[in-house]
Amino acid sequence: MIEFSFAQIVEGLLLAARWTVLLSLVSFITGGVVGLLLLVMRVSQSRVLRSLVRLYIEVFQGTPLLLQLFIVYFGLPLLGIDVSPWMAATLGLTFFTSAYLAEIWRGCVEAVPKGQWEASASLAMNYFEQLRHVILPQAARIAIAPTVGFGVQAIKDTALVSIIGFAELTKAGTQISNATFRPFLVYGLVALIYFALCYPLTRYARALQRKWHAAR
Amino acid sequence: MPLVKTEGVEKQFGAHPVLKGIDLTVERGQVVSIIGRSGSGKSTLLRALNGLESIDAGSIEIDGAHVDARHADLRALRLKVGMVFQQYNLFPHLTAGENVMLAQTVVKKTSRKEARAIAQQMLERVGLAGKFDAYPDQLSGGQQQRVAIARALAMKPSVLLCDEITSALDPELVGEVLGVVESLAREDMTLIMVTHEMRFARAVSDNVVFMHEGRVWESGPPEEIFGRPSTLELRRFVQ
Repeated sequence: MIEFSFAQIVEGLLLAARWTVLLSLVSFITGGVVGLLLLVMRVSQSRVLRSLVRLYIEVFQGTPLLLQLFIVYFGLPLLGIDVSPWMAATLGLTFFTSAYLAEIWRGCVEAVPKGQWEASASLAMNYFEQLRHVILPQAARIAIAPTVGFGVQAIKDTALVSIIGFAELTKAGTQISNATFRPFLVYGLVALIYFALCYPLTRYARALQRKWHAAR
Repeated sequence: MPLVKTEGVEKQFGAHPVLKGIDLTVERGQVVSIIGRSGSGKSTLLRALNGLESIDAGSIEIDGAHVDARHADLRALRLKVGMVFQQYNLFPHLTAGENVMLAQTVVKKTSRKEARAIAQQMLERVGLAGKFDAYPDQLSGGQQQRVAIARALAMKPSVLLCDEITSALDPELVGEVLGVVESLAREDMTLIMVTHEMRFARAVSDNVVFMHEGRVWESGPPEEIFGRPSTLELRRFVQ
């Protein structure tokens, strides 16, 4: 058995935490882009598109993320598609994140008063011009705080991908804990690192909420 | 040829008919006031005139743009028809000037420079030359409504619809908005307005339309409508 010093444990965890940060960022960005596309379809005038997106959102919100990861990681290879843990993790988290963000943002779009749609329509703007210049800029202001709030959730959700063998922070914690037999210390440190990542964001979300609450 | 012509316009909300065959003609340069009780269909009619409400039967013809129950080129219609709303509905994330510029640049593809010049000119016209960079929440209700008028005018519409534009205002702010409308009337802008300001309607209108239960009950010059109402309903209403 190899002896790990405290510094080595911390170093190992911090190195793995980089993957957690990267995974969070990538899945949040891809999820955000897909979520925006979903949003536009969700509030579009096409009934078919609206129903399709609603189904997508309900499937991904109505099933555990863990199961979605299993299906991507273990299911896709059966269809002849080879997926690495990193691929599976990003894919699964993207589906999940996009569904939640689209739904959060839809609420924000609906919070924009109807008069804004009517005023922009009366100025002869078409649907996309209305969305682009009048509705989305206002919805975005409403969306900032809940979106950052969901970002915190997304960081913590990346812990689940440790199950499919992706070596992010939680997985590294398990490995180091198994090697050192000091679970309390190691998992405590893991929790501390998650907290250090999330707490500033939580504070930021709260500050944003205050800022935009009163602002135009 | 009249600028605005509706024939047999009908509209139902569910099983409830709100417009029961509206024939309305407005000549270029005319000022027409639509009066009537709430629920008489006057706001619905106004909203139908720029396609905010679809119609179930009949037709609307405004300066060459045609709308009926099956076909509506809303873009063409709305380029002819400006609208001012009761609640102003300014875009709160844009300054007064940007509010007036937006549709010009987005819809008409006017250059920003030209749109800015037109916006400046329109804001001057409604007496708000100094408020170009103010946000709506920094303006009074009366000022916001005047920006909304400037925003509609900047699109150079053939006709301007005003939907109870002073109803949401504090009494002391009504005058400044009506003053702008009056100056537009003098400049021969074609105006159709739904209003509760009877004295104002009487003073500026060429024609007054009294709506009752989804129909044009009575219409004519203001002296006639207010001075010699011929139906019982109108007599009750103007009293």
